[in-house]
Amino acid sequence: MRHDISRRAVLQGTGALILSFALTRRAFALTETGVGDTSVHRLPGDLDSTPMLDAWIRIDPDDSATIFTGKAELGQGIKTALLQVAAEELKLPLTRLTLVTADTGRTPNEGYTAASHSVQDSGTAIRNAAAQVREILIGEASRRTGAGADELVARDGVVTGPGGLRLSYGELVSPQLLHVEAQPTSNLTDPKDFTVMDKPVPRVDIPAKLTGVASYVQDMRVPGMLHGRVVRPPSYGARLVSIDATSVEGMTGVVKVVKDGSFLGVIAEKEWTAIQAMRQLAALAKWNETAELPDESRLAEALMALPTQDTVILDVGKPDAAQYDVDASFSRPYLAHGSIGPSCAVARMDSDTLTVWTHTQGVFPLRNALAELFAMPRENVRCIQVEGAGCYGQNGADDVGADVAMLARALPGRTVRVQWMREQEHAWEPFGPGMVVHLQTALGADGMISTWRQEVWSQSHMMRPGPPGTLLAAREKADPFPPPPPVDLPMPEGGGDRNAIPLYVLPNARAVNHFLPEMLLRGSSMRSLGGYLNVFAIESTMDDLARLSKQDPVAFRLRHLADERAKAVIITAAERFGWDGRPKLPAGGGYGFGFARYKNLEAWCAVALEISIDQDTGRTIVERATAAVDTGQVVNPDGVRNQIEGGIVQATSWTLFEGVRFDRRRITSIDWAAYPILRFAHVPRAIDVHIVDRPGLPFLGAGEAAQGPTGAAIANAVRDATGQRLHALPLDAAKIRPQNLLAGRPRAGT
Amino acid sequence: MTHLIVNGELRTVSSDPDTPLLYVLRDELELNGAKFGCGLGQCGACTVLIDGQPVFSCLTPLLLLEGREVRTLEGLGTLENPGPVQAAFIAEQAAQCGYCIAGMIMRTQALLERSPNPDDDEIRGALEPQLCRCGTHMRIIRAVKHAARSLSAAAEATK
Amino acid sequence: MTIKRIVTTAFILACGAGSAALIYAWQPALPPIAPPSPTGFDASEVRYGADLALIGDCRTCHTAPGGRTFAGGLAMPTPFGTIYSTNITPDARTGIGQWSLEAFTRAMREGVDREGRHLYPAFPYDHFSLTTDVDMKALYAFLMTRDPIVAEAPANDLPFPINVRLVLAGWKLLFFHPARYTTDPTHDDIWNRGRYLVEGLAHCGACHTPRNFMGAETRSEDYAGGEVEGWSAFPLGRLSPAPIPWTEDALNHYLREGWQAHHGVALGPMRPVVENLAEAPAQDVAAMAHYLASLGATAGPSVQIPTVSPDASGQRPQSAGWQAAISTPAAGGPIGRAIFSAACASCHLSERPLPLGGVDLALSTSLSASTPQNLLDIVLNGVPASDGNPALIMPGFAGSMTNATLASLLTFLRVEVAGKSAWPDLPAAVAAARKAASPPIHVRATR
Ligand code: FES
Ligand code: FES
Repeated sequence: MRHDISRRAVLQGTGALILSFALTRRAFALTETGVGDTSVHRLPGDLDSTPMLDAWIRIDPDDSATIFTGKAELGQGIKTALLQVAAEELKLPLTRLTLVTADTGRTPNEGYTAASHSVQDSGTAIRNAAAQVREILIGEASRRTGAGADELVARDGVVTGPGGLRLSYGELVSPQLLHVEAQPTSNLTDPKDFTVMDKPVPRVDIPAKLTGVASYVQDMRVPGMLHGRVVRPPSYGARLVSIDATSVEGMTGVVKVVKDGSFLGVIAEKEWTAIQAMRQLAALAKWNETAELPDESRLAEALMALPTQDTVILDVGKPDAAQYDVDASFSRPYLAHGSIGPSCAVARMDSDTLTVWTHTQGVFPLRNALAELFAMPRENVRCIQVEGAGCYGQNGADDVGADVAMLARALPGRTVRVQWMREQEHAWEPFGPGMVVHLQTALGADGMISTWRQEVWSQSHMMRPGPPGTLLAAREKADPFPPPPPVDLPMPEGGGDRNAIPLYVLPNARAVNHFLPEMLLRGSSMRSLGGYLNVFAIESTMDDLARLSKQDPVAFRLRHLADERAKAVIITAAERFGWDGRPKLPAGGGYGFGFARYKNLEAWCAVALEISIDQDTGRTIVERATAAVDTGQVVNPDGVRNQIEGGIVQATSWTLFEGVRFDRRRITSIDWAAYPILRFAHVPRAIDVHIVDRPGLPFLGAGEAAQGPTGAAIANAVRDATGQRLHALPLDAAKIRPQNLLAGRPRAGT
Repeated sequence: MTHLIVNGELRTVSSDPDTPLLYVLRDELELNGAKFGCGLGQCGACTVLIDGQPVFSCLTPLLLLEGREVRTLEGLGTLENPGPVQAAFIAEQAAQCGYCIAGMIMRTQALLERSPNPDDDEIRGALEPQLCRCGTHMRIIRAVKHAARSLSAAAEATK
Repeated sequence: MTIKRIVTTAFILACGAGSAALIYAWQPALPPIAPPSPTGFDASEVRYGADLALIGDCRTCHTAPGGRTFAGGLAMPTPFGTIYSTNITPDARTGIGQWSLEAFTRAMREGVDREGRHLYPAFPYDHFSLTTDVDMKALYAFLMTRDPIVAEAPANDLPFPINVRLVLAGWKLLFFHPARYTTDPTHDDIWNRGRYLVEGLAHCGACHTPRNFMGAETRSEDYAGGEVEGWSAFPLGRLSPAPIPWTEDALNHYLREGWQAHHGVALGPMRPVVENLAEAPAQDVAAMAHYLASLGATAGPSVQIPTVSPDASGQRPQSAGWQAAISTPAAGGPIGRAIFSAACASCHLSERPLPLGGVDLALSTSLSASTPQNLLDIVLNGVPASDGNPALIMPGFAGSMTNATLASLLTFLRVEVAGKSAWPDLPAAVAAARKAASPPIHVRATR
């Protein structure tokens, strides 16, 4: 099954250059997508690592085309966006395109689908590949007919030319025609001629999902498929002392109980039987628990007390001051990804090959991890991505992939499906890490920021496979793999320190990343990584500084910016919101503004919003939010809107409610009762998204742009409404309530 | 053996009587609409209609259902011919991952059968048992209103 | 004759008797004042007033679903019709912004608003009259420093003659005997504080004491249990039907935390009460528990159920599937048992600790109470998620359980689990509860 596309030597480009994207995007060693090597071929996007055109695009004799991407659909609409890109450049109608997503047996290796890189990496590759394929087909038509290439036009899958010349792609294509390496530059379609790109094309996957057509790995059903469940330990590192599984093995419908060290699972004919057997096993298992968790009410202190590895990530001017106008610590608890559908995977072992259907964000890294875990050659393991519920980072997807593989190996020749239970997803997913940010800043006499010092404490945000020790089952096995050393994602993308360098112009500034090699709770990547808290801290501080110097917060931000695209989104958001001349709100109302450029490298996003707080209950409602976003060349404006709206709603939930709960040994927030998230009553009353279109500029992802600015804007609005600055997330009702009980508290706008 | 009317068809199922309807639908009847989200009645991913009422199928054992009428997402329309509520959700592009949406659609169906013209608060109140993590809520609310409009237009036309 | 007709006739008779007291009935309007500045009050007095307002449960009645706190508009169904709570924020036009302390005190103690109109006893001035001057002033300070909200309460929906407020004077003459709190020297300060709050601001008797046919509390049967919003307010003290007798500690824990391991979780109309008490001063809640415990307790089994802390080893690991393994009931058992095993046991036998776990139903007062009312309410409607707060969630079974199913389940619970004789006329109770089953959950403003 092995079909790995290896890297090739550099190919000198000869194609005509009309439009080209920046080619050397990867100046740094490691990114969250895991493939961020220095550019090898100087080719656009992920063509650089997979340069053969037919690795990306196949044209069939019936004039249809198949597009291969190493990225995964996670509910972000990537399938539709990539098809739009391909259709536009291939000049083929969307309906004649098929997309194959991440599959170690068929598609390019594009690492993880993460960090808002998909359109940027895969979209760029596919766009260029499609344009080059189109030119090759035109060239072939020219070769066959003798017509000049510049006389030929490709449209709707047909090349036409003078004298009624008409050759369809299917007629033109031959097996070896597209088996060539890509050129560094492509003849890309001018944005003004777009017919599919930059259009709100309806998502290709939605109708099936909404009519009950099998769309998710959870829906996979193979004849003779069995159902498995695992029993997870009660706490981190707990070892299985003993279990007498005889009664479970004797249950009707139970096929096998699998025990390997502390790994415990069961396979049954029916899913419900597997669940009952799992519960029975859980009740019978005796564990030795050793975990010692910190006091959850003193999490920030516990984090700051851990040993650190420090990196100075910014050092300009003389950042020390005798006195600071703002000197505060901001913190967030651990956050759960909280997928609505618990993680699921299907696997089958046949003689010496293992196939796993998974909703992982990285089929290739998971494949590598599983191969090492089972001491199998990589080419004997195939991971195929099938959609799951939205994951927002690394949820249990990879772990359940290992779980199901453990079970499938115990029963070769049978297909096994495992889905985690709700409490397993909640307790065992790798959380978005708890973090602390300390800020010290001072203003000059001119009302400009004179100095800025920022420090970040965070564990790793990147504990994904590759190494097998990242997987729970690998740690539980009798011959366990130890957890790998934690990864400190370096700047400029960063991990915990993502967005820790303000985009503002600062004459004197210093930022330090205190990386925590130890982990209090299991953690890994969750949407926007450290960006959410860093932006929360920076933008809260910008607001306080504006207030201290009696400047409008929006004007204050603009004064400190040189980046024109940053200014444009801020001005757009403020104008569309009606920031200037905003009416005075009744008591309990407040306005807030937040801005960031995600990672300082990707989409720019500004959010203005209005809240109302019930002064007695402390309940906060976002009355309306207006966002402006610049994602470069837009592929699908409705897709961008959907992502930004979703980001605002999800960040509202993080900001107002969320935090993982635990006692001194176990995670206790094991369901939606213990880990409440936003329900409809708290959905903002209105959200307005404005896209600042940038035709022809590089694609930038939208999935993580809104979270930081939204959290900050809510905090600033709470400050506006209550007169109090809250530094510790979440800004829940209990925190807001007592302050509002005080008599004569400042009212909004006064 | 239990007899159910599933999406208008009489079905005889052999799962044990204590099996929650969710697993009967998914495993025995091979219907994908109802999803497992929590198994606890907390998220609504598994919502189906029983005799027109929205219920959590994850907590509804088969033994309660002899002779009763079950409607799932598949009963509202097909890929080729989506029902009015499904069509409204598609028109509003009201999905991100879409995992929660089957439940949303079923509860919307029940809401609109009871109250054809719900206002914003009524929609929010009715959908309160349903969770969405992707943050698709604004579109879901729009889709419910869209569905209400198309259903009442259809009712008007057949008058 | 319908109940309503009887009540109305009786009412007219009573009012006739009371008409001689028309002089008594007439109350003057008190002069409006300019709304006081919120900064004019002493902060500690405001804070104390906030505590008293929590004990008084003011916000529960004076807040409409989804509305702003204290802005009124909550519909309160009574046997006589629907009364809407009023806006008690200091908005001058729609609230109490123009009320002087004197007007506020008169309303609390005599049930007469600033304009001189008699207030319906849904506003429990028969309890509030006990409130001391100092406390009255603090409550006033607290309310007058709230955000003024413009909100007009809907007009009450009451039939003639009950909609004529003057007839309330007759009612008062018969049933309302205002008194101020007097310390009982035979008891200590804590008991007296507890009694002052329980009998006064907390107005526990408003729900837990039965009412006569004219809606007045039957003083001779204090705490013998009442009914509110379709729920039983269980008898307190010696008459309590709780399987395990309430102790002072248990009462204190229940009132503060909203749950108690041997009794369960506060639900229905009691839920907002405990949510308020959770924020009230601990020593006041403790005093209330002390006084309530002095009302006596049933001589019940002194079952000692060990309380486990979530840390205790040996307890079923929560993250390893805390839903208990259930053995399928043997064929031929009562159908109710099969329903219980399949639909209820996964939470109620899970051993997950309260308040998020399901209570062991053998301990639930709902099963041993004289009517199945509360159990039906809970099974039909469930316990909706509390928006944004960690809190238990229980699904309602109105859609999945038929009346016959419900009756079998309840019979099993009552007879097999609680060990009591079956409730009489269960099918009728089931049908009535089904009819009253709450409409879809509406967005609530509680916390
Ligand atoms: S799966 Fe049934 S409510 Fe969550
Ligand atoms: S669309 Fe993903 S959970 Fe709702």
